[in-house]
Amino acid sequence: MKPRFDAETAILVAGVVAVLLMASITGWILSRRAGGVAYQSTIANLNARIRAWWMMVAIFLFAMLSGGLGSVVLFALTSFLALREFVTMTPTKLGDHGTLLWVFFVITPIQYALVALQWYGLFSIFIPVYAFLFVPLRSVLSGDCERFLERTATIQWALMVCVYCVSHAPALMTLQIPAFEGQNGKLLFYFVLVVQASDVFQYIWGKLLGKHKIAPTVSPNKTLEGFLGGVVMATLLGTALWWATPFTPWQAAAMSLLIALMGFVGGLVMSAIKRDRGVKDYGTLIEGHGGVMDRIDSLCFSAPVFFHITRYFFT
Amino acid sequence: MGTDPVDRQRLYFANHTSNLDAAVLWACLPPFLREKTRPVAAKDYWTGSALRRWLANEIFRALLIERRKVTAENNPLREMVAVLDAGESLIIFPEGGRFPGPEPQQFKPGLFHLAKDRPEVELVPVYLENLNRILPKGQILPVPLLGSITVGQPLWLEQGEAKVAFLDRAREAVWSLRLA
Repeated sequence: MKPRFDAETAILVAGVVAVLLMASITGWILSRRAGGVAYQSTIANLNARIRAWWMMVAIFLFAMLSGGLGSVVLFALTSFLALREFVTMTPTKLGDHGTLLWVFFVITPIQYALVALQWYGLFSIFIPVYAFLFVPLRSVLSGDCERFLERTATIQWALMVCVYCVSHAPALMTLQIPAFEGQNGKLLFYFVLVVQASDVFQYIWGKLLGKHKIAPTVSPNKTLEGFLGGVVMATLLGTALWWATPFTPWQAAAMSLLIALMGFVGGLVMSAIKRDRGVKDYGTLIEGHGGVMDRIDSLCFSAPVFFHITRYFFT
Repeated sequence: MGTDPVDRQRLYFANHTSNLDAAVLWACLPPFLREKTRPVAAKDYWTGSALRRWLANEIFRALLIERRKVTAENNPLREMVAVLDAGESLIIFPEGGRFPGPEPQQFKPGLFHLAKDRPEVELVPVYLENLNRILPKGQILPVPLLGSITVGQPLWLEQGEAKVAFLDRAREAVWSLRLA
């Protein structure tokens, strides 16, 4: 699973850096323009987001280029941070303390170790089967039955979304795709690029043209214009980058459309959870974006589907 | 943040739900204040094992006070006043022990006596959130959840303020920080 740094990877990296440079310059110009308080605060948030993007891109590229293990470690840490935010928000009790220790320090590392070992058989069932059964087993030993199903289901959900789903992104590195050997780094890069670009395009289209709220009770910032513009742009981008993938242009179009749609749904579902818990963001770790979970909500839902479709049709 | 970390003598008082409380509050202070700030802790608990003794004495320089057999010689108030007179600040948990709920219990009168005896010391309310879930009473290993610390504006004992009224006001100052 050692990735190769080839000319195509270099073009992808250069493209992302060029786009970020343009974003920083645009943000700087916008911040010099006069405007009301609402305008200034939107632009300040935009610039904070762009600064955070530089940081996230730097970390991601460093992890990617340091080899297959680098991306496993990066996504393992991402899962760990997302899990913290998710569990913090949920109503676990003292009786779950022991369970949570297992979840954070045993189950999560094992899941990523299975990715690194490329043990697909166990990787794909470890959390849905073994961790699923272990969580209530460990909690019941504490003898606290109050809201037992709610507490157990929340922890199982946290594991599925923050760990199991996310672990499918670095698992892309383990796929054996004919005529694409040693190039899986580009596939992971492609996936993360399309899913995050879809978020960014939705944000930009929503801010510029957004009028009709698409899900007012769930996420008041999401608009129909943002959704359509974002999905179309992400699909166009994903299609234009087909040369970096094992896909033909049409296949790349279908794949990026799928990634964008799943990403949108993921953002919506994770917003519904935030609404229910009465918080705006999952955390404060990433300036301008909120928590780690706020940044990867779309990735959680698209990673497993993209992984399995690629695995089914291309390996 | 209701106040800046400035070099003034202070008595930080906070709700108490976890063994992490003093460590978190202390760690949030900049190093130059940490050097002259000592948490007040229960002698019976913190001398219970070699590890606890080491943590209390060597790391936190905790002022260990007697909770059970209080005599004239080991009167906790007198020891706390002595530390204040030496120019150091203190961290105290006026509930007198760890309680699991988010809302603090009634405060013990020690805070009132300290405020009365040393009126020049600033009383800084602090609210610690979620630490009970990270390291509950009776557990050894912490779960890495998110917690938060909120520091309020300093308060003082008002002229002629009664003990109960002052303790209620101080407790409310801590509890209201959850909304900040």
